[in-house]
Amino acid sequence: MNTTPIQSGEMPTIANPRSIALPFDPLLMLAAFGLAVCSLVALGGATAGHYYTERQGIYFAVGIVLMTVLSRIDYSRLRELKYGLYAILLGSILLVLGLGRSTLGATREISLPFFSFQASELGKILLIVFLASTVVDRSRRLSQRDTTARVMLLAIGPAMLVIAQPDLGSGMVYVVVALAILFVAGTSWKHLTALITLGIVSIAFVLVAAPAAGVHVLKPYQLDRLTAFLHPTDNPAQQGYQQIQSKIAIGSGQKTGRGNAATQTKLKFVPEDQTDFIFAVIGEQYGFVGAALVLSLYALLIWRTLRILTIAKNLFGALIAGGIVAMFMFQVFVNVGMTVGIMPITGVTLPLLSYGGSSVLTTFLALGLLQSIYVQARTSAALKGRVLRF
Amino acid sequence: MDPLDRHTPMSPQLALRVATIGGIALVLFAIILFRLWYLQVLSGPQYVQLANINRVRDVPIQAPRGDIVDRSGNQIVGSRQAVAVQIDQSELPAGAAARLALYTRLGRVIGMKPAAIRTIMHSKTNVPYANVTIKVDAGERALVELKENQNLFPGVAISPVYVRAYKYGDLAAQVLGNVGSISPSELKDPRFKGVPETGVVGQGGLELQYDQFLRGTDGVQRVQVDSEGLPTGAPLHETAPTQGHELKLSVDLGLEQEGYRALQTGESLAQGNGNAGDAGAFVALDPRNGQVLAIGSLPSYNPTIYTHPVTPAEQALLSSPTAPLLDRATDGAYPTGSTFKLVTAMAALQDGLTTASTPFDDTGCITVGRDHEKFCNAGNPPEVLGLLTMPTAIQESSDLYFFTLGEDANPQGPIIQSWARKFGFGRSTGIDLPGEFAGVVPDAAWLKNVEAQQYRCLKKYGKAGPATCGYISDPTRTWVTGDNMHFAIGQGDFLATPLQLAVAYSTLFEDGKVPTPHLGLAIDDNDGRLIQKIDPPPARTIKFSRANQQVIEQGLHAAAQSPGGTSYDVFGSFPRPVYGKTGTAQHAVGSDDQAWYVAYAPDPNRPIVIALTIEKGGFGDQSAAPAVRLMLSQWFGIAKKVVKGSSQTL
Repeated sequence: MNTTPIQSGEMPTIANPRSIALPFDPLLMLAAFGLAVCSLVALGGATAGHYYTERQGIYFAVGIVLMTVLSRIDYSRLRELKYGLYAILLGSILLVLGLGRSTLGATREISLPFFSFQASELGKILLIVFLASTVVDRSRRLSQRDTTARVMLLAIGPAMLVIAQPDLGSGMVYVVVALAILFVAGTSWKHLTALITLGIVSIAFVLVAAPAAGVHVLKPYQLDRLTAFLHPTDNPAQQGYQQIQSKIAIGSGQKTGRGNAATQTKLKFVPEDQTDFIFAVIGEQYGFVGAALVLSLYALLIWRTLRILTIAKNLFGALIAGGIVAMFMFQVFVNVGMTVGIMPITGVTLPLLSYGGSSVLTTFLALGLLQSIYVQARTSAALKGRVLRF
Repeated sequence: MDPLDRHTPMSPQLALRVATIGGIALVLFAIILFRLWYLQVLSGPQYVQLANINRVRDVPIQAPRGDIVDRSGNQIVGSRQAVAVQIDQSELPAGAAARLALYTRLGRVIGMKPAAIRTIMHSKTNVPYANVTIKVDAGERALVELKENQNLFPGVAISPVYVRAYKYGDLAAQVLGNVGSISPSELKDPRFKGVPETGVVGQGGLELQYDQFLRGTDGVQRVQVDSEGLPTGAPLHETAPTQGHELKLSVDLGLEQEGYRALQTGESLAQGNGNAGDAGAFVALDPRNGQVLAIGSLPSYNPTIYTHPVTPAEQALLSSPTAPLLDRATDGAYPTGSTFKLVTAMAALQDGLTTASTPFDDTGCITVGRDHEKFCNAGNPPEVLGLLTMPTAIQESSDLYFFTLGEDANPQGPIIQSWARKFGFGRSTGIDLPGEFAGVVPDAAWLKNVEAQQYRCLKKYGKAGPATCGYISDPTRTWVTGDNMHFAIGQGDFLATPLQLAVAYSTLFEDGKVPTPHLGLAIDDNDGRLIQKIDPPPARTIKFSRANQQVIEQGLHAAAQSPGGTSYDVFGSFPRPVYGKTGTAQHAVGSDDQAWYVAYAPDPNRPIVIALTIEKGGFGDQSAAPAVRLMLSQWFGIAKKVVKGSSQTL
């Protein structure tokens, strides 16, 4: 047992048992609640009536309850359930593929009486926990090629299934999460370089070589959306349209935003502005100031997640936090990048901001896991007579 | 406990990797912030402009077209607001199957076959941004159903439109013309300058001729719209539409209606005599100024069918061989028979082929030329009219007399042809209607030209050519005396319209002043104020001697109202002076003759010339003359009486 503190630098001088009375990381909570408030404000500005705002408020309330419950549970026990979680992951995705109803040409949901559940969203969390436990199980054999390949294949399997739904965005999240877990676990640079090279080669194959050979891995609209951002004005009425409108919305927000005079998002020139393009609402109505505020809340969220990664009481917690931080970073950068026209349209939601129960609940589950890791870290430190700094 | 499942201090390796992730996050945030700075601060004003264009749409408000009224202000064509079921092509679902399903659903509601809807949509793919009207006046129940289930009918819109209202059904349909959506080629036409893509313009007849006045100016409603183009709130700004101006016609509604009735009466008289008599036309002119007092053509059609998409059954009717779309009064190409003798008479008198008192012995037949071709009066055996002079030759309509003039004229060149052109044959009259048949005045030069054209045509198309290539069945034909003789009695290759005949007779009675016929009398604004008077000057004035004019007038008067005149049995009892000429034009062997009558009735205030023809109507006196009598009775307020003629002269 190593007794050196995990944090170098200034050591707390007093062991304050009351510090564990605060059962969550307040800064992480601040970031999450701040983003939730931004989401409700943006939805109120983007949509007429209270339908979206009210529903999103309910999702937040349910999400906070889920997060609180999860934060009280020791996440380490989830390792025992890893095969069950993976079975749920594959089962729900296959169920959606089999029975799911079709919306906008996509089959991603299981319809429940009160809301349609998007299995690929919950799958992100299930996959993170499952991959983290798999890596922990094989942590002694981390340098073996076999481990790296196995982890990647276990992620790519469900990723292919959700891409077939088709939900390209979630599929890419799965792959990124797997890479991040391997990265945090300490997989050798050699393996990581090989994986990235392989990734680039297969992307080139899917986008260029396979279509040229007559094999279409992606649906035509997916390919169009992926490449439209490179030349948006080619087809302003189709794939490029969303991005042009979104750029106009954000650009017209200028420094301080147009407030209620906003038109791009209020009049629905930006499609899907309550879900995928909600950042455009912030950009138009609150300008650079509003957009920067939201981005700093995300920076806070990511910083706290990384911080929790570093204080985790065990490798399992660190890997889960690593998966979650990758998920947050990928989704924020791809989604915001899409609204400002530097990333392709992939249907990736903006965590906590985008309207949608599946996305909100998934994010709160992730936050619950982080809080659990935080609480467990503080408890175990306190038991050892140490106090963790934030 | 798993050896690794314990509190582990952060190894330098983990610290490096966490720092790497933090570094990546930092770079990504920096990229996004720089991009936001570029979009919002550096390019902001430019995007504000783009956003402003985006949210405002100018929605045209259709202006009602101006009315068309008769010379006393009676409305003939008006505008009526109707509700149209339209499809916005840009909003249609993708895929043929989804569209067909939509057409099927829509068709069930508005009572149309899905195939019919698809046909209409396909015919309009050249105007991708205009709404396509599927049905006008779909009925209240259908409209309610469509409005309540809008999600089931993507792209289907219900819009108020103005459509033309025709109070008198098929009356003067070909002359009035119709209106329709402007086509891409019409958009480039300078006369439709300023008409928006969604505009409605005249598509024929007076609607086209006077479109710039009737059209009006569409209004514009500037509305803030959402991305589906749906208005959000009250209009920002509105320019009201201005109704088009009113077109006042020289037509007299009473005479116009009587003209149609009279023509139908003439047709039934012809049918009573065993002729087909199924089509015809009439024109009534004020000879002094060319004002068209009445004009009509049968068979006709009800232009209301153009206010909604034309159904296949209606299309079949319109394009049937009876040609209801053809305005036979201005576009019908006919030999005019004996009514043409006016011109031959004037040419003969003016150019000294004969004098008014030179006697002529009508023996029934003459033989002409090396081929000993026989020319005879009508009748079997041919009628023998005995000793004639010019007036009696006109009165009794001796073919032999005018054959002889044609024979005598031929060696001297195209004398009769030149007078025919002076009187307005073989050239456009200049009437204010688009598309007018100029007619054919045949002579040696014309025949040569036609043969050359035919030769070129045959060379181009080969043996399949003759049917489509020209007018003459024998391409080696040359102009012979016989051709001139047939021409002298309004037969042979001669072709003219009823309108040209009315103009020629007006010219005679107005001392050589060739009127420019016109239907438009004035353009008025909606408060009845005059915008523009329409009074075209005479096309030209031709010179002939007063004495010769009187000789011909005397013959025409006697033909109508002196015993022995060809239409004496119709007009002998008419209580006003009438100058009239029958015509019976022969067509191909076995086909019924075409009946003609032209009349002039003098009056200090309201003189009138009427030309009327009935295709396959038999003898002019038997069907056409009684119809003209009915029209003259209407014009002068005399009790109308159907007086059947019995004369079998030409």
